[in-house]
Amino acid sequence: MAQSLAKEFTKGLWAEIPPFRLVLGLCPTLAVTKSVENGIGMGVATTFVLVFSNLLISLLRNVIPSKVRIACYVVIIATFVTIVELLMQAYTYELFLKLGIFIPLIVVNCIVLGRAEAFASKNGPVLSVADGLGMGIGFTLSLASLGAVRELLGNGTITIWGGTPIFEMGANFLPFQFMIEAPGAFVGLGLMLCMMNIVGKK
Amino acid sequence: MGDLFVLAISCIFINNILLAQFLGNCPFLGTSKKMETAAGMGMAVIFVLVMAGIITWIVDVYLLKALHVEYLRTVSFILVIASLVQFVEMFLKKSIPALYAGLGIFLPLITTNCAVMGVCLINIKEDYTFLETCVSSFAYAVGFGLALVLFAGIRERINLARVPKPLQDTSIGLITAGIIALTFMSFKGMV
Repeated sequence: MAQSLAKEFTKGLWAEIPPFRLVLGLCPTLAVTKSVENGIGMGVATTFVLVFSNLLISLLRNVIPSKVRIACYVVIIATFVTIVELLMQAYTYELFLKLGIFIPLIVVNCIVLGRAEAFASKNGPVLSVADGLGMGIGFTLSLASLGAVRELLGNGTITIWGGTPIFEMGANFLPFQFMIEAPGAFVGLGLMLCMMNIVGKK
Repeated sequence: MGDLFVLAISCIFINNILLAQFLGNCPFLGTSKKMETAAGMGMAVIFVLVMAGIITWIVDVYLLKALHVEYLRTVSFILVIASLVQFVEMFLKKSIPALYAGLGIFLPLITTNCAVMGVCLINIKEDYTFLETCVSSFAYAVGFGLALVLFAGIRERINLARVPKPLQDTSIGLITAGIIALTFMSFKGMV
């Protein structure tokens, strides 16, 4: 039990890390990773939704009729997204403004529905929470690392939380504007995927 | 009239839903391997997005805002979209089988297409009037189809090229999308 629990948790961190290994949930990945801060915020919000929707769906898995299961999952996920939205509006208002439309769009993030369908609907609550937590942390790490690359090259800073950068390039640094514009997101993610392939294959 | 035209142009090119707003990227990469599937997906999105845009606007203005329950927006929009997709699927199957054969397999995928939900939310956020909502939903969907078909055309050619192993498939696809996004950036300042 403990071993499989650890296995479900860690597979989200490397073996099946979203969005690199499972190419799901690309929209928030590309859109919010202008800085590390946004990436972490988005990742944490998604993790919250993943963990709780996985838990509830796995508890209800024997009650929900299989024909209308997708509709039920969507309602459960939408409820948790609304909770996150209201919480962020209350406690982290600046981040809420920055992420904007992408917070309600967690509902249609394929990772959340994908885990509900592929994992939580077949496994017990404890395993499902471990799976959701692992996937969520993996997703957060991916967003933060892509955010770090883009922010460092495009802006010359790294900001973890609260708007003050913890690292700044020298005054001679010329920002590579391309990286924080739209095309930089695609190219950056493409190159990171390529690096993951090189490292992972060995 | 002129305003609506400007809105349409800006939704199709400048604020292209895929390449500038990053919405709907999963089907963008998933269905762009062949021209045929890309065109089918594009048509299905245009069809559903216009209807979803109009219905969610009505729901928002006459139900949510009238009853002051705006916090239910996320839940109600996703329900509207999911049931609309289901309804369209059944309707087409019964009455227009030829169209169903073409769009059929793409319809269920649209429920989790963030472009549809995203455009509905943008319409509300920008406080569009009913007419503007119709135009912007249609224009965003056309922009989606345009980018998807362009991308599929390029991707079919890439399949014939010798791509280095680590770059294959999604990786080269994303880099190509980046270059297309770069060309779409040059539309900025057109309006």
